[in-house]
Amino acid sequence: MNKIKTIEEALEYIKDGMTIAVGGFLGVGTPEKLVDAVIQKGIKDITLICNDTAFPDKGVGKWVVNKNVKKVIVSHIGTNPETGQQMNEKELEVELVPQGTLAERVRAAGAGLGGILTPTGIGTVIEEKKQKINVDGKDYLLELPIKADVALLKGSIVDKKGNIYYNKATKNFNSLMATAAELVIVEAEKLVEIGEIDPSDVMTPSIFVDIIVE
Amino acid sequence: MIQDKNRKREVIVKRIANELKDGDVVNLGIGMPTLVANYIPEGIDIMLHSENGFIGLGPSPKPGEEDKDIVNAGAQPATHIPGAAYFDSSMSFTIIRGGHLDVTVLGALQVDQHGNLANWMIPGKMVPGMGGAMDLVVGAKKVIVAMEHTAKGESKILEKCTLPLTAAREVDMIVTEMGVMLVTQDGLLLTEIAPETTLEEVIAATEAELKISEDLKVMEV
Repeated sequence: MNKIKTIEEALEYIKDGMTIAVGGFLGVGTPEKLVDAVIQKGIKDITLICNDTAFPDKGVGKWVVNKNVKKVIVSHIGTNPETGQQMNEKELEVELVPQGTLAERVRAAGAGLGGILTPTGIGTVIEEKKQKINVDGKDYLLELPIKADVALLKGSIVDKKGNIYYNKATKNFNSLMATAAELVIVEAEKLVEIGEIDPSDVMTPSIFVDIIVE
Repeated sequence: MIQDKNRKREVIVKRIANELKDGDVVNLGIGMPTLVANYIPEGIDIMLHSENGFIGLGPSPKPGEEDKDIVNAGAQPATHIPGAAYFDSSMSFTIIRGGHLDVTVLGALQVDQHGNLANWMIPGKMVPGMGGAMDLVVGAKKVIVAMEHTAKGESKILEKCTLPLTAAREVDMIVTEMGVMLVTQDGLLLTEIAPETTLEEVIAATEAELKISEDLKVMEV
């Protein structure tokens, strides 16, 4: 099964209005070539799931600047003034989620869980409209899974089967997003032959990956 | 009281550094809390946690030695120390929320006598998002607030926070350029006072009711 495609071929699977999960933390570990290709193709009305909206000139921040997104589900927008401005002008919907809750909501979707219980957000605006569940005398919020149509990942080393190794701090949300989308596209910084990554060093097993681009 | 901006910061971060114990896993927030790392006492071995996915955060790299794949949680170029470990965001918050993080040090817009903390938004003005702050404050075994006592002449230590909370009743200790306060069942207890500072000055700068420890000490900074 050949998963290797050109960026143009991979982009055929991305449509207006899709929910797209993107790896990276303030742009580190974000597949910049795929991000740029989405802008070039003019994809609109994306719902973005990502840790943050990065910077105006880096990572998914460029989608905000180019108005490819209609909604973002993120933990932080402070490094991209454009996000706050579009939010204030009601051009962009922003759902702020505590970072650890965001990670677990994505993980829950990928792991087939119906949600997770977290103490984070109790006693704050985050608890509004959410179910509270008491376990052994302590209150938790029920936080629901979030799943994407497409996940865009950045792999430091990817083999031709789709096994991924993430270097240092680029792992962040990439390995979680890999599990929680219908279609997973990885941008390989370095593409290697099958077997060149030691199976013990694989961080995302190939079965999660549908398409590999360089 | 201390007036010089740099001296204020030095007093705050030095005192917090002295609070850390050998073997602690510690998360330092962006801004002033980061400076705590410069004052860790000799012989105290701590592991700094970086929300974006590692423990063993090291000093800033020398110019020209930056690695694009190593940044801190504020996206600044960073390094790791020998013995560091990288992981994904789920593991990062397993450490934070699961009781594996000994201390978190972070700034505040407001903190109150019940240990409530507000540091993530000012409605209509500034909405950067909470990032990892809500998880850190709920999850860390010890929550230390590092901040200046007042902002534009107004006390930041209140009877009750007026801004949206980051977390309720989670703060353990507040360190400012005027002193050290512990959050207790009975409210705020001033346990240490800064050099060159009088009790009257601290009380005047604090909106919350302040109990004074019978064993009040001068901050060693």
